[in-house]
Amino acid sequence: MLKLVYFAWVRERIGKAEENLEVPTEVATVADLIVWLKGRGEEYDYAFENPDIIQAAIDHDHVRHETPVSGAREIAFFPPMTGG
Amino acid sequence: MIHKISIQSEKFDTAVEVASLVTGRHDIGAVVTFTGLCRDEGGRLSALELEHYPGMAEKKARQIAQEALQRWALTGITIIHRYGLIAPGEDIVLVIAASSHRRDAFEAAEFLMDFMKTKAPFWKREHLVSGETGAWVDARSEDDKAADRW
Repeated sequence: MLKLVYFAWVRERIGKAEENLEVPTEVATVADLIVWLKGRGEEYDYAFENPDIIQAAIDHDHVRHETPVSGAREIAFFPPMTGG
Repeated sequence: MIHKISIQSEKFDTAVEVASLVTGRHDIGAVVTFTGLCRDEGGRLSALELEHYPGMAEKKARQIAQEALQRWALTGITIIHRYGLIAPGEDIVLVIAASSHRRDAFEAAEFLMDFMKTKAPFWKREHLVSGETGAWVDARSEDDKAADRW
């Protein structure tokens, strides 16, 4: 099981802050995971409608979309950050 | 050295934090502080809401501080970033950079803020005076450019 966590408007569009999902083995990278999630329903499709601007982190470290997801415990998706 | 990294909902006191960093130290010749405050955007906002990613926010702030330590001759760093509902006039973020000579502290403080704004997992949303929850604040390309110059 993979823990997925969502923040800001990604969280709002999907309608949940986190979930545990059984991800199929053919999902190799973060980009694959986004494509797979988009196929799960219109709320995911809406959240990831512009995947290029969505940022990802694996186990609290920023990663690029081509990063493999194998071994990940927690993957986060969020919009560009606006702190400070 | 990293003196303090704190991701917290509580308010902070800049004078207390500076004193905590410099007390008992005789190697510090310069202290630069930056405090970011919540604006009301011309009377439009009742508050800003800061969402954060617990765990990653602390980790990222610590990594940013470590990077500053590698780039400049610093004798102390404090980073405090608040989350939750923050009213206009309240502090949101504090960075303190200390060094023997002023140039390192000046530059490091600016670097720390540029990176905290664009690389630490915080998201701002507006709360309006009308009582409505407003929009998520869009990332600004100027902030990315400011971070890229380092």
